[in-house]
Amino acid sequence: MRVRERIKPFGSEKPQPVKGELIIIEDRCKGCGFCVEYCPNDVLIVSDKFNSKGYHPPEVVHEENCRYCGFCQLVCPDFAIFSIEEKAVESKSNTA
Amino acid sequence: MEAIITQQEAKRHPMDNLLRMDRMPHIWCPGCGIGNAVSAFADALDKLEYNLDKLCVVSGIGCTGRVAGYIKVDSFHTTHGRAIPFATGIKLGNPDIKVVVISGDGDLVSIGGNHFVHAARRNIDLTVICVNNFIYAMTGGQVAPTTPTPAYTTTSPFGNFENPSNVPQLAEAAGAVYVARWTALHMRRLTYSIVDALKKPGFSVVEVISPCAMYYSRINKLGDGLDMMKFYYDHSIIKHGEPTDHLEIDYQKEIIVGKFVDRERPTYSESMGKWFED
Amino acid sequence: MKETNLAVLTGSHDLTGSQACAEGGLSAGCRFLGYYPIFPSFDIVERFAERFSDVKGVLIQMEDEISALAAVLGASWTGKKAMTVTSGPGFAQMAEHIGLGVMLETPCVIVDVQRDGTSEGSPSAPGGGDIMMARWGSHGDYEVIALSPNSPQEMFDMTVKAFSLSEKYRTPVILITDTYVSNLNEAVHIPDAKDIQIHTRKYYKGKREDYLPFQYDAKDLVPPMVDVGKGYRFHVTGLTHDERGYPVMDEKCQEWNVHRLVQKIRIFAEDIVDFEEEQTDDADVIVVSYGAVSRDVIHAVHQVREEGIRAGSLRIKTIWPFPEKKITQLAKKATHLIVPENNFGQICLEVERCARGRAETHYLYHASSRIGQSDDIVKLIKKVMKK
Repeated sequence: MRVRERIKPFGSEKPQPVKGELIIIEDRCKGCGFCVEYCPNDVLIVSDKFNSKGYHPPEVVHEENCRYCGFCQLVCPDFAIFSIEEKAVESKSNTA
Repeated sequence: MEAIITQQEAKRHPMDNLLRMDRMPHIWCPGCGIGNAVSAFADALDKLEYNLDKLCVVSGIGCTGRVAGYIKVDSFHTTHGRAIPFATGIKLGNPDIKVVVISGDGDLVSIGGNHFVHAARRNIDLTVICVNNFIYAMTGGQVAPTTPTPAYTTTSPFGNFENPSNVPQLAEAAGAVYVARWTALHMRRLTYSIVDALKKPGFSVVEVISPCAMYYSRINKLGDGLDMMKFYYDHSIIKHGEPTDHLEIDYQKEIIVGKFVDRERPTYSESMGKWFED
Repeated sequence: MKETNLAVLTGSHDLTGSQACAEGGLSAGCRFLGYYPIFPSFDIVERFAERFSDVKGVLIQMEDEISALAAVLGASWTGKKAMTVTSGPGFAQMAEHIGLGVMLETPCVIVDVQRDGTSEGSPSAPGGGDIMMARWGSHGDYEVIALSPNSPQEMFDMTVKAFSLSEKYRTPVILITDTYVSNLNEAVHIPDAKDIQIHTRKYYKGKREDYLPFQYDAKDLVPPMVDVGKGYRFHVTGLTHDERGYPVMDEKCQEWNVHRLVQKIRIFAEDIVDFEEEQTDDADVIVVSYGAVSRDVIHAVHQVREEGIRAGSLRIKTIWPFPEKKITQLAKKATHLIVPENNFGQICLEVERCARGRAETHYLYHASSRIGQSDDIVKLIKKVMKK
């Protein structure tokens, strides 16, 4: 897209940030803490409870901050967490 | 929390069609980086939109050798060090199949070193993902060809005095067409490197520096998997195109990562086809 | 169709054992040969190298014998019939992958042109010491099929048969020959392509989703196979596995897995075993032999028959599984069993075991330098019968 053809922000609807929803498969978690440590928006914390294997799975504390970057899913070595996009977003230029 | 559990039943993990979820949880320890390498590989397959029916994963023995069992494609878990020749047989038997070898440093560089060198020399169209955790973990933390000096292992209780292998240099010298190295936390870059390697015809090597939280870390008192992961990531310097002889990994020093080799050489099949056409 | 015609050189030819073996492989549909050069197996590769481009085959010289057999196993999973050729020291290296071939139930043929050992031994002398290594070379419990030809014609026939057996029972089959037979030059008749009976592996025909790599038929204990790249997304492992091909580390699964691997050959052993008898009906002394040595035995038996000694010959064609019942049966009739071998006693122990004390077993060292002469066998027959 050429620069001149870009949609001008004036008058158009304010772009909404992408929101994600986190799903944790707790019994797969081995409590390594990668997702908690490397979540860019600090959505997760290590919970106090135990899963069936005796590890502390992560817990979602600030779900409103999740931007569906998917890094937790990538960095989880146990395939125990993933995110899904909460709703379709109209403006795609703002996904970053 | 209850709401999440009900959703989790309704929604499937995005890698469900790429991984054998019926075998989860896998055997790797908490804090191990092999899962990350698998995750990156699965993500790369997703990005490539490759026909998974035409993809085959071959692994050797060891912690990383178990990868083949978790990826939902035609997969072979072979003998120690012989993943590359087995994969060579598959590739030559049916050139339509994309063959990927995922194995560890001990498997590929030590016992399978000769096969690694010769497959690279022949430039057989394979993608090799070498997960390097600096130790033989499955057998109980013995010294590996990649163990840096002077790391402790169960078989080098006074520190390792041997010179470690430099996997990218070995690969380049032997004739690999694509060589990259990332740590297990460079997930996006690693994913794109695997995508590039899979696209590249010829022998491509991606080394993944992965923490071993159970043996390497404990005996060297390096903390848990997260601490090691953090250390590797923080001490990695991205230098694309760095000459591979600069890539030796010293104990707890900086690790140069990036894409080092990307060149064109005729593959084994191309050379053979051309030879017999003439 | 055209390819088949190029592969099968119908007619009578003057071929060495090695050339006949290569022709046998091509006629059986072998399209992949992975090898590492070793004396004296190389003649087979040379013949294959001349011919493989006619049939669009693949010939690759791997970096060692370990990888040669590994590549052969890999190629076999793509649906190609594959073989490798080697000699003693190389065969020792292949042992690991014989085990893998058995565990993954991968059809393939291994030709071992024996040379005198131990270790490097005497490369140019025809050896005979790999008999027990073929049986027990790899670790763990398993059964193998091993054939022993004694002429170039049999090198052809048995190579074809080896492919048939390997495909039928889904197991590596070993052709144990030696320098003597592989260098022998004789007339070899290659039949019409349509007359060559080749058993092709049993393919899975059900639904893709239901495929389990090691779900076997109760009838023959052999699981149907699929090729790589056909969308079955299977996993197979050299570890003890269940029918899904997933590793399971418990005793029950070990028994389920390995017991079947053993039984699928043992139960059908009588169908597999093959031997040739000559004048054993009334024989007092029977010479049990195999391979190159058996050529001398025929002469010896004829010679002593003329002198009035009732001698007979049993030539074993399939060394493994061993023709136990036949030997037991012969031991009931005969009083003496003589086992001339070009080694220091391997099959004679098996013969002794199967004779169960009913006949006296005599071992004779028929050295590699003596192959082609039968006087020592004659002498022993006479000595035994005088007692």
